Amino acid sequence: MNSNDFRNQLLEAGVLVDAGSPGLYHRSADYESVVRALESYVREAGRDDNPQRLFFAPVINLETLMGSGYVGSFPNLIGTIDSFDGDMKKLGEFRERVDSGGEWFELMSHTDVALCSAACHSVYPMYKGATLPIEGLYFEVQANCFRHEPSMDPARLQSFRMHEFVYLGNPDGALEFRERWIAKGQQLLGDLGLVLDLVPANDPFFGRGAQIMAQGQLEKELKFEITATISSDTPGAISSGNYHEDHFGVTFSMSTHDGHVAHSACFAFGLDRITLALYYAHGFQLEEWPDEVRERLALGQSSHFIEPT
Amino acid sequence: MKNMGEAIREVLDIHGRLNVPSISLTDDANLYEHGLSSHASVNVMLALENAFGEEFPDSLLRKSTFQSVDAIREALISMGISADVFVGGEK
Repeated sequence: MNSNDFRNQLLEAGVLVDAGSPGLYHRSADYESVVRALESYVREAGRDDNPQRLFFAPVINLETLMGSGYVGSFPNLIGTIDSFDGDMKKLGEFRERVDSGGEWFELMSHTDVALCSAACHSVYPMYKGATLPIEGLYFEVQANCFRHEPSMDPARLQSFRMHEFVYLGNPDGALEFRERWIAKGQQLLGDLGLVLDLVPANDPFFGRGAQIMAQGQLEKELKFEITATISSDTPGAISSGNYHEDHFGVTFSMSTHDGHVAHSACFAFGLDRITLALYYAHGFQLEEWPDEVRERLALGQSSHFIEPT
Repeated sequence: MKNMGEAIREVLDIHGRLNVPSISLTDDANLYEHGLSSHASVNVMLALENAFGEEFPDSLLRKSTFQSVDAIREALISMGISADVFVGGEK
């Protein structure tokens, strides 16, 4: 199947509803019940570390976005937020332009908030200037994320949920955490009947320096992706394990207990991509999914079933 | 005015985020072993283009191009810039 066929079938089955922009969809209650089931499923696997659990707003502080490094490296993917901040005189002109179909956008002003690019970005600023405890810090976080990548391929959503496990501490701890989660992630996702691969990966850096950045990331094995078929026969990433080295430690002046720059790592579950991969693998009717998958996700149980409206 | 080597070192000191001043490194010292990150090497690339007025071709956009002062000099020469050129630099 190609991604266009899969998209059409998702729309026909009512799993997704076109929300007017490429890569933007309303989601059915069934779809949402899978997302929430996945959330509970991966949470169980993360209990050992007793992480601090936080759910971030879809909008973040602009400084948080700046600190992530995304503004410089992925200016084409980020989203900043504008609003009207003018006086009555400017409002008159603004309304005139809105009513006449004119260029009203240029009368808007930047705000100090932006859309979230990745869930874990909101963790690091909370510990700005902090000295971390010897055992490190563990988090389980989730956010609605935005990437400006308009596409008709349902695997490439502009708005999606990312559920992450994050570690802050020393280099050995960060690498151990990432390796442990990559293994755990493969087990969890494989148990849902998905055919997986684990591949070294790089982020889609912007511009002429992209290949240099990508080469650096690949050589140091900073990023691994767990891939599966999501919307076509060509696999894509449904999860990733990342070692940031001291990137966030330097940016936010975080130190280990013995005075070194803190390192960090994260493991991200792409909840929407995993959900789509499950639909792709098991079909559009949840009732027809394999019993073991339904059981593992506890699908249909009241804890995450949302009554269709 | 600076010669090519001096101009390269000035760019490295401003944009390379090296953990030592470039003057303390030999021309063949591996810059990646002295704190140059991939991210910083992109900034070095852009600053060199600015200083020498030439764009690096795609074939030279790889980490090894910025591995040492020698490697950068060799790349600039391969782009048709004379080794004897004197540039104003950034300061």
